[in-house]
Amino acid sequence: MRFGVAVYPGSNCDYDTYRVIRDVLKEDVQLIDYRSTDIEHYDCIILPGGFSFGDYLRPGTLASHTPLTGAIKDFADRGGFVIGICNGFQILTEAHLLPGALMPNIHGKFVCRHQYLRVENADTPFTNQCEEGQILKIPIAHHDGNYFVDEDTLRKMEDNGQIILRYCDEFGNITEEANPNGSIRNIAGVSNEKKNVFGLMPHPERASESILGTEDGLYILRSILEHHS
Amino acid sequence: MLIKFFIKPRKGVLDPQGRAVSENLRSLGFNNVKDVKVGKYIEVYVEENDREKAVEQAKEMAKKALVNDLIEDYQFEVVED
Repeated sequence: MRFGVAVYPGSNCDYDTYRVIRDVLKEDVQLIDYRSTDIEHYDCIILPGGFSFGDYLRPGTLASHTPLTGAIKDFADRGGFVIGICNGFQILTEAHLLPGALMPNIHGKFVCRHQYLRVENADTPFTNQCEEGQILKIPIAHHDGNYFVDEDTLRKMEDNGQIILRYCDEFGNITEEANPNGSIRNIAGVSNEKKNVFGLMPHPERASESILGTEDGLYILRSILEHHS
Repeated sequence: MLIKFFIKPRKGVLDPQGRAVSENLRSLGFNNVKDVKVGKYIEVYVEENDREKAVEQAKEMAKKALVNDLIEDYQFEVVED
């Protein structure tokens, strides 16, 4: 499988993501400059975490107007697989590849911690190695992770199985205390209608080696490999 | 022409900055402060003499980049620079 990792000015999880795919998954991977539009030969493109263009204007906005993001929109429209992690998730919502918006955390603080997540839909290209209701432990690190979407759209997303991950406690309970940022209905990760675009605030690349304390991020990365094979 | 954009969080959308500033003002003794919204002010200078064209352009800029209408409201005014 051929992965491409987008690199915008200010991306800072690009090389971490690249290294996990190269050294842990042992798959073909390249970094792609934000000015490039040559992406047709990839099977999956990952928009990594960081602070693209300094998060000026709104997180992800300036990155969403670059040549690379334009090419990623066409790629996704043709069914190509796209994953946005943290700032990558913000870019995907600003590019309208995913519904909703990410607002500042409800408490106004940057939050960095290990977080439990409940898999709400295990029948997607990004979660097929999980079981429904499985609890994953994956770190989060963000200031603007407060997912918001209007009620009508949210209902449609729920009916269509687009809510993929929710913040929960260690037992899988979806509680207010387990919600690190105020996201509507504890949402941590969503997909588009066709299920080929996935955005999530947690960092699976930071949870892909035992030395990091959790390998649960591999469930997500291995799901996309399984789907492709 | 100069386009002045005033952008603020939509009503009902939480504004942690506004809340923090509001609490701070009250702690300074401004006890009648009810609420504070912290927004953004953006100046865009365009080489355009036709005011109507500048207004149309301002709306497009807001829609395509400057404002996320899911979470933000905005106003703008066009003035001679």
